[in-house]
Amino acid sequence: MDKYETVIGLEVHVQLATVTKAFCGCSIKFGAAPNTHVCPVCLGLPGVLPVFNRKVLEYGIKAAIALGCDIQKRMKFDRKNYYYPDLPKNYQISQFDMPLAYKGKVTVSLKDGTAKDIGITRAHVEEDAGKLLHAAGEAASYVDLNRTGTPLLEIVSEPDMRSPEEADAYLNVLKRTIKYLEVSDCNMEEGSLRCDANISVRLAGAKTLGSKVEIKNMNSFKAVRDALAYEEERQRDMLEDGARIAQETRLWDEIKGVTASMRSKEESHDYRYFPEPDLVPFEIPAELVETVRLTMPELPQAKKKRFIEEYALSEKDADVLVEDRCVAEFFEETVKCLPDGQSVSNWVRGEYMMHLNERHTDVKGLGIGASDLARIIQLAKDGKISGLAAKEVLRACIDEKKSPDAIVAERGLEQVSDEGELERIVDNVLAANVKSADDFKKGKENALSFLVGQVMKLSKGKANPKIAGSMLRKKLGMEK
Amino acid sequence: MTDTDINGIDSYKKWMELQKEPLTSLAGTIAENISRVNKDIHAFISVEKDTLEKRAGRIEAKNKKGRLWGVPVATKDNICVKGELTTCASRILEGFRPPYSATVVEKLEEEGALIVARANMDEFAFGSSCETSCYGVTRNPCDTSRIPGGSSGGSAAAVAAGQVVAALGSDTGGSIRQPAALCGVVGLKPTYGRVSRYGLIAFASSLDQIGPLTRNVADSALMLEVISGHDKMDSTSVERPVPKYTDSLAKDIKGLTIGIPKEYFTSGIDDDVNERVHAAIDVIKRLGAKTIDISLPHTKYAVSCYYIIAPAEASSNLARYDGVHYGYRTKKADNLIDMYTFSRNEGFGEEAKRRILLGTYSLSSGYYEAYYLKAQKVRTRITEDFNKAFAVCDAILTPTSPTTAFKIGEKTDDPLKMYLSDIFTIPANLAGIPAISVPCGKGNGGLPVGVQFMAKPFAEETLFRVAHAYERGK
Repeated sequence: MDKYETVIGLEVHVQLATVTKAFCGCSIKFGAAPNTHVCPVCLGLPGVLPVFNRKVLEYGIKAAIALGCDIQKRMKFDRKNYYYPDLPKNYQISQFDMPLAYKGKVTVSLKDGTAKDIGITRAHVEEDAGKLLHAAGEAASYVDLNRTGTPLLEIVSEPDMRSPEEADAYLNVLKRTIKYLEVSDCNMEEGSLRCDANISVRLAGAKTLGSKVEIKNMNSFKAVRDALAYEEERQRDMLEDGARIAQETRLWDEIKGVTASMRSKEESHDYRYFPEPDLVPFEIPAELVETVRLTMPELPQAKKKRFIEEYALSEKDADVLVEDRCVAEFFEETVKCLPDGQSVSNWVRGEYMMHLNERHTDVKGLGIGASDLARIIQLAKDGKISGLAAKEVLRACIDEKKSPDAIVAERGLEQVSDEGELERIVDNVLAANVKSADDFKKGKENALSFLVGQVMKLSKGKANPKIAGSMLRKKLGMEK
Repeated sequence: MTDTDINGIDSYKKWMELQKEPLTSLAGTIAENISRVNKDIHAFISVEKDTLEKRAGRIEAKNKKGRLWGVPVATKDNICVKGELTTCASRILEGFRPPYSATVVEKLEEEGALIVARANMDEFAFGSSCETSCYGVTRNPCDTSRIPGGSSGGSAAAVAAGQVVAALGSDTGGSIRQPAALCGVVGLKPTYGRVSRYGLIAFASSLDQIGPLTRNVADSALMLEVISGHDKMDSTSVERPVPKYTDSLAKDIKGLTIGIPKEYFTSGIDDDVNERVHAAIDVIKRLGAKTIDISLPHTKYAVSCYYIIAPAEASSNLARYDGVHYGYRTKKADNLIDMYTFSRNEGFGEEAKRRILLGTYSLSSGYYEAYYLKAQKVRTRITEDFNKAFAVCDAILTPTSPTTAFKIGEKTDDPLKMYLSDIFTIPANLAGIPAISVPCGKGNGGLPVGVQFMAKPFAEETLFRVAHAYERGK
């Protein structure tokens, strides 16, 4: 394995979540009936002209700043000319020699705990193409142009990754960062995040790169990992055999688990780039960049660091909490109501996130307020309800949209912590279980658990097990 | 409407008033007249009487009387008119009816104009003679054995023959001015960005402009007032207020300086053209303007420069005509590549193919720097020539075309010879400056000759001032 070195670069396209398309006023909402979010401009009808949606620039600048990039002084578009039925004008409005952003980087955490910088060569704005639907059994394809003209940010990394794991880490950091900015949904299933990879293998220590193979058609992060792992091995095997690796484009086949060569007539595309004459280049105002910079949200890395310091959380726990910006913000809101970072962290990472996943929803969708979650945790902490009951209350609050106190009252979940009542129950249990009491006095710890269990049974689960336990010990003269 | 009393918009409006008919029936008369004259000159690809009557009905229904109420205005077949056939005189757009109208058409309709669509043209505006139309040539009303000029040949001929009172054409390298000169009418190319291009089926994006063809200069000024202005649908249209161009007509030209560029008076101009243009210079002097000799040294590179840039942009603009979405699709193909290549091969004419190939070549990898980029740099030099000139003169006077109307078929065998018809008009497109052609008499065989005035960007008022003074004073 050490004889060779794998070199990976990734090209990621993110769809910017503006309300309308990049060059016309059509909606970019996902899932509409085919060819309903179209107009003469994005259809490329004869005589139409593009008009730039300035919000795209704002979102692009935001992403560029988060990725540590330099921002171009002027905004200029170019035409990328090629023929395909999902590209109505048979050219794509893109950026060639003056990408909006360049020379950035992201920092990823590797499995061994070290941090590594992955460079970002460039990020540019371009319009998306439509979709082709190939009908099985028919000698025809159907064209849906809803997606045509949707704004994309194409982010090209430096070939700094050395393994599929590093590529995966990069993708995750990229997705998390951009989702934080709320400039894209970064959803691979819906196509708002797409990834192509470039991978080559060379002898370790070699100065030049090996033949670059482009991999396409990876539709999930797992597919990216699997495809790169497969391709890495394929190339290494070929080099061991002394074979030459062809510079080509290969498609990932999810079902067979292999990459396969794309057989196309054209060898390399000549896109005949030239400046887009219908869009006048303009200065990117420094004030705009400043405004965006000032309104940047706290980014995941910074938030994680702050959580560790402010709330005395472990790195692992902080990592989980900052993964989703809304969850992180919910966590902090809850801590404001109940200043116990550790407890809130446990609850949010545990029960709360379980509900999010179970219901396939987000913080907003789940509905329960931070103060309510704080109340539940407080009740459990104070011993007013048992831990088990607290979980039940959380579920009920979400389902029934009632307050925790209302649920506790309705369902009679208040633990019996009252000394007098508890003593009565304990006495009853001791009287009915003389043998177990003796066993415990002789040193069998299990007998105590059994006795506590009996107290719980007799109190119909309402007894506070901790207090019951210490009361039993006292009565049996076995206090710690 | 072949009344000799009608010689422009004002006289037409007066004539309309005298007819006691409603506009709808008048439209029928207009349609019949157009059809009749069309048999001789074929200025229109098709004439639909009921469409015209319906349009007239819509105008009548509107109470407000716009400045062009009821005036028949032709539109070139590359200007989109909603619901009507707009095909750029090309087979590849056969059957295409745009679902929207060009901004200029909407502006004309706002003023009550009666739009008469489908003025014939060279296919996709590639040409200087109207001979590359897939629907057949338009004949010059002054001599039907000759071409009317191009590519707005239909628009020019229709105005000259009295089928309509005014027309819209498009000008990329002279396509309004040259046919105007050859047919004996007034043709204006506005400053680039003055008039919206939205709805103009693109030839060369950085050169195209829509402009009016009219019987006289006053009408040209009125038409420009109507069609000008910033359009949010066209990013290259300029946010500048539209002046009342008709106000500039009253001023005389005493004390104005007119530049005469020596590069435009070299050999290659026919004697009769030369004589008529020099006579125009004399009139200008007589009217009190001063003439000075100037030089525009990079003029000799203009045609080459244009024939790199324009076809390059055209090759990209015409890529969308592929048989997939609208227009002509071949019946012979059973796979994607064949569908593309057969549709385009069968749908495009010879000149269109020639320009697409030229343009693709000069943009291709390895040639972009040597051709397209280089040509754009030369373009800057040409623009600088004009900037320097306009520092010392108010307007520039040149011939519009080196010849009068040539015979149909005379230059079709030699594309380069045809390209040289635009030698005097191309520079204004490259520099983006406004230019107007005004009739300046008849040459041999009674064929019209045009004189061209050019001014600096957004100085159309100066053009109208000079052109109108000349028109009155000649």
